[in-house]
Amino acid sequence: MRDGYDVLVVGAGPAGLAAAAAAAGHGARVGLIDAQAGAGGQVWRREVARTGPALARRGIAAALGHPGVAWLPQTQVVGAEAGALLVEDPQGGRWLGYRALVLAAGARELLLPFPGWTLPGVTGAGGLQALAKQGWPLRGCRVVIAGSGPLLLAAAVTARRHGAELLGVYEQAGGEHLRRFARGLWRWPGKAAQAAWMRARLAGVPYRCGSVVRRASGEARVQAVEVDGPHGLQRIACDLLAVGYGLLPNVELARLLGCALRQSGAHPCVDTDSRQRTSVEGIYAAGELCGIGGRDSARLEGAIAGHAAAGDDAGAARLQRPRRHARRFAERLDRHFALDPRVRALAEADTVICRCEDVPLSALDGHADARSARLATRCGMGACQGRICGGALAELGRFPRDGSRPPLFPARLSTLAADPVSFRDP
Amino acid sequence: MKSYDLIVVGAGIVGAACADCASEAGLRVALVEPGPIGGGATAAAMGHLVAMDDDPAELALARYSLGLWQAMADLPQAEYRRCGTLWVAASEEDRARIPAKLARLDAAGVAARAVDARELYRLEPALVAGLAGGLLVPADAVVFPPAVARHLVERALRRGTAFYRSGASHIGAAAGVRLHDHSELSGPVLVATGCALPQLLPGLPLRPRKGHLAITDRYPGTVHHQVLELGYADSAHGEADSSVAFNVQPRPTGQILIGSSREYGATTPEVSLPMVRRMLQRAFRFMPVLRQLDALRLWTGFRPVSADGQPYLGRVAGRRDVWVAAGHEGLGITTSLGSARLVVDLVLGRRPAIDPQPYDPARVAR
Repeated sequence: MRDGYDVLVVGAGPAGLAAAAAAAGHGARVGLIDAQAGAGGQVWRREVARTGPALARRGIAAALGHPGVAWLPQTQVVGAEAGALLVEDPQGGRWLGYRALVLAAGARELLLPFPGWTLPGVTGAGGLQALAKQGWPLRGCRVVIAGSGPLLLAAAVTARRHGAELLGVYEQAGGEHLRRFARGLWRWPGKAAQAAWMRARLAGVPYRCGSVVRRASGEARVQAVEVDGPHGLQRIACDLLAVGYGLLPNVELARLLGCALRQSGAHPCVDTDSRQRTSVEGIYAAGELCGIGGRDSARLEGAIAGHAAAGDDAGAARLQRPRRHARRFAERLDRHFALDPRVRALAEADTVICRCEDVPLSALDGHADARSARLATRCGMGACQGRICGGALAELGRFPRDGSRPPLFPARLSTLAADPVSFRDP
Repeated sequence: MKSYDLIVVGAGIVGAACADCASEAGLRVALVEPGPIGGGATAAAMGHLVAMDDDPAELALARYSLGLWQAMADLPQAEYRRCGTLWVAASEEDRARIPAKLARLDAAGVAARAVDARELYRLEPALVAGLAGGLLVPADAVVFPPAVARHLVERALRRGTAFYRSGASHIGAAAGVRLHDHSELSGPVLVATGCALPQLLPGLPLRPRKGHLAITDRYPGTVHHQVLELGYADSAHGEADSSVAFNVQPRPTGQILIGSSREYGATTPEVSLPMVRRMLQRAFRFMPVLRQLDALRLWTGFRPVSADGQPYLGRVAGRRDVWVAAGHEGLGITTSLGSARLVVDLVLGRRPAIDPQPYDPARVAR
């Protein structure tokens, strides 16, 4: 097989799946790659021994079932040159050529450091959901979920379904913000229904606003958390703590390719026009990496990018109105779940910021940029390449994560030495 | 206008060592650096302290510096480790170079010994089968260069050195510098700005020579010595537009640094995957096990290459109070401490411990 595609799509979540299906519908030869073994991305991650929601099944079938789409799972993008990506899969490294590229790499969780956040038994909110879906045993486990945003509810529903004993969901946003958010929800009936459905699944579980986990403590693993809420401090004994403060766009590949970025709050996202074109000719971006927007806007932007990448501007134009509507929902989320400054002040001098290299917050004092900090403290030099501490430090107002270099993820040296062969003529 | 006995421009490892040395001698020192300490070639370097013997002047300076490095051996942040250098012979032709190399090292007082194939594999079991032998220099060491640069700067600051976090835009007609923030400092100037040297001293030719390095995840016990091919010097001293050589280093973390590449004419810092490919394929020929290891990062840096490969150390011709310490190519970490001591001796009118003549900038009159 010759590895060249008319349209190469990076990421098989809602955006990438929609892009692949739309482009293939125009007769394009499409390659769809994802680092995971299954399609669906984080939001449609398949559960062991359970079928996914109908929307996910349809979205996956429309892309993977199309004869024009080559599905390339467990494929990680490591580097890039003009018109080709260097990827690694279980067989090794190789180059994939493309005429048009759709970036749909999604987002990762924003983890903010607080005392005890590195204890075993502390995960992200999305992290807990992913673990549960992959069969991590939760039955009888006392779980506290905290952080911010609708992902907390989704994680709670999944955890409960897997037998967890939910002690409470602690949302940092204030109650007044949440009530205003809920009052505007009628304009997105699907979202309102989803919220109602989740609340019903969580009947009896305390949901507390204006509450922040200040500390996790325990000997070898988490045994208790300290929650700072409107009625003061509360100590809760638990077995698992899941804390997520929302999502961060995965812009690394876009940045390596030279696509213009813009700031969304403390974090960069990819700048696109209404056809999802980035600043680089032939490269499109869709979904969360253009700014956190959720599943619906991701699907629409993916389809727009797929149409545009295959040359159908009319198809892309038709989806503009629903896309704008979906994006407005995201703007409301952003506004009403804005982070309380308290959350940025949880880390103490000796709280580890860079888990890979064990760098405490105090070691970073006096460093005005990521490079200076890296040279002095090794902060961000580990296997996660600063994905976790970089996002946290940007959110804490210290300094942003700096530029992208290959390898975008740790990769075998043999992959980095892979020869580019005839990828330019699909 | 603030006045100093010596204004050191540049806080790479060479400038840092100069500030340290001058402040130790009791001079009132200013150090000028807008960027991170050790943020240029110092940060990009491997940190291999090596007695390179291909040129007598180079070896004399390296030998002198290696002695001074002993004082850093117990400094925790320096991550000093005397792992030794194992030079590997890929062929009989390579092996034939060993006696002459041993003789040169011996003449300079550097302990070294030939290693037969059997011992070679005992020392480094991961080397590819069929190598002819090698040469071991047990006292060579590795360090983490930016941390050493910071240590030297901090020591100078504790002795009262003034630190200006701005760039130098101009050297005055007599002496002194003007900074980008428009402040002016007066006094003798010592320029140690590495690749940026021509911006302040356009009369001293200097070419940047780009290099790539890779670092792996942690694989303790895979590599024990800094291991280089004997042909490394052909790459280092050759004039080819680009060349690669096998050169790996075990870090105290268990990570492995893999080099090296040399390129003239490449002026942007982006990682070049074609160059990485060449460099890694060369490394795999000597150590096939590397193929299976995970790389965490790749980066590039620029070595400052003088007109003749020797550093410029001393007074700038025709300028009474302008001095230079720059142009160390790939040996700047090894020779930093000796270079600083030598230049500061010259500034003070003291007789340096080694003959300064081969490094005198006046040799390249432009």
